[in-house]
Amino acid sequence: MNKVFNNAKEALHDIRDGNVLMLGGFGLCGIPENCIAALVEKAVRDITCISNNAGVDDFGIGLLLVKKQVRKMIASYVGENAEFERQLLSGEMEVELVPQGTLASRCMASGYGFPAIFTPAGVGTEVAEGKEIRNFNGKEYLLEMAFDSDFALVKAWKGDTMGNLIYKETARNFNPLMAMAGKITIAEVEELVPAGSLNPNEIHTPGIYVHRIFKGTNYEKRIEQRTVRKAGA
Amino acid sequence: MLTKEQIAQRIARELRDGFYVNLGIGIPTLVANYIPAGMNVIMQSENGLLGMGPFPIEGTEDPDLINAGKQTVTTVPGSAFFDSAMSFGMIRSGKVDLTVLGAMEVSETGDIASWKIPGKMVKGMGGAMDLVASAKNIIVAMMHTNPKGESKLLPHCKLPLTGVKCIKRIVTDLALLDVTHEGFVLRELAPGVTVEEVKSKTAGKLKVEGEIPQMVF
Repeated sequence: MNKVFNNAKEALHDIRDGNVLMLGGFGLCGIPENCIAALVEKAVRDITCISNNAGVDDFGIGLLLVKKQVRKMIASYVGENAEFERQLLSGEMEVELVPQGTLASRCMASGYGFPAIFTPAGVGTEVAEGKEIRNFNGKEYLLEMAFDSDFALVKAWKGDTMGNLIYKETARNFNPLMAMAGKITIAEVEELVPAGSLNPNEIHTPGIYVHRIFKGTNYEKRIEQRTVRKAGA
Repeated sequence: MLTKEQIAQRIARELRDGFYVNLGIGIPTLVANYIPAGMNVIMQSENGLLGMGPFPIEGTEDPDLINAGKQTVTTVPGSAFFDSAMSFGMIRSGKVDLTVLGAMEVSETGDIASWKIPGKMVKGMGGAMDLVASAKNIIVAMMHTNPKGESKLLPHCKLPLTGVKCIKRIVTDLALLDVTHEGFVLRELAPGVTVEEVKSKTAGKLKVEGEIPQMVF
């Protein structure tokens, strides 16, 4: 068994036009930067992206949007991307807006082998249109389906050659959920270490969920909102 | 009339020791600045952090450590990180004691609209629909009227809904109101604001009973 690839280009070699991709990250935090760059270089088209956000105009998934590689975007919040808003309002791109917790749970359901979940989020709103509603203990819930994706592209802090992953701080977000949900999961990591180097007690994503792993390079880790205080304040 | 800071300050008085609190973007974020001294309140950020601290000291900001508004933040001792499903799990299962969020409109039955202006603004609902559908204690922080001077407290929301029958309390620049089965109920007035002014700027059903106390700052 060898899960280790040299780089993003090799790990993503069989991603095709029209594939459904999950991409981890919240805003620009914990996004698979190397995988996104490889998708741009590969110029795959008509992809469906499942991701909490759509990046900003010149970074993250925004890089795929400006090249018009995305046919459909499934996300919860896309506010920071003018090109996205333009393509959405003009009808060039299909968009499904999903409540954030529902998005997370539809990934989770997929990774846990559940076909669907019930959630109260969106009951009585346009999100509920066309969906089955069930009443449990006097409260209404929407039936939301597990996601079906071809590839999950995730970013972790540390990984080993078995595919075990550890995330850092809030860069965890959707990454472990999507890692569990991908038919094929590709993980890029800042540090790739030999099996046995990571403490098994501290693994967030067990290697069984990770099919391919590579060490990413040149992480920019762009900050969307740099907020600071003065020392002593 | 209250400033945005004073709206946050008034909401902070609803905090209790040991509360787990989720603050939305905008005025709600300011509530963290007015936690009473000696009170232990734990901030939840839905991107996966319990125990959020203040903004980092210049030069120490960490791109892997942000809040739900994508701002760089810090952690306090005893903090924890988790994934997005667990984050909404703690919200959905009622573990978060207080949620404060902004709104474009609130109806007299407690419906809220906060995420979309058709044909104009398409930012997405983020975590707002999950929060309003599950949180047991939600306070809306907003201006009483929109920039055109129209009431944001309506008989029915005109904008697409975020959630139905979920808002119980609102703090605006003019007043503190509860939402009951009788509509909006005026509980407190901002300094310098009259009952008449609140009446004229509240389009939904408004109940005023007895002497209305004034907020003191």
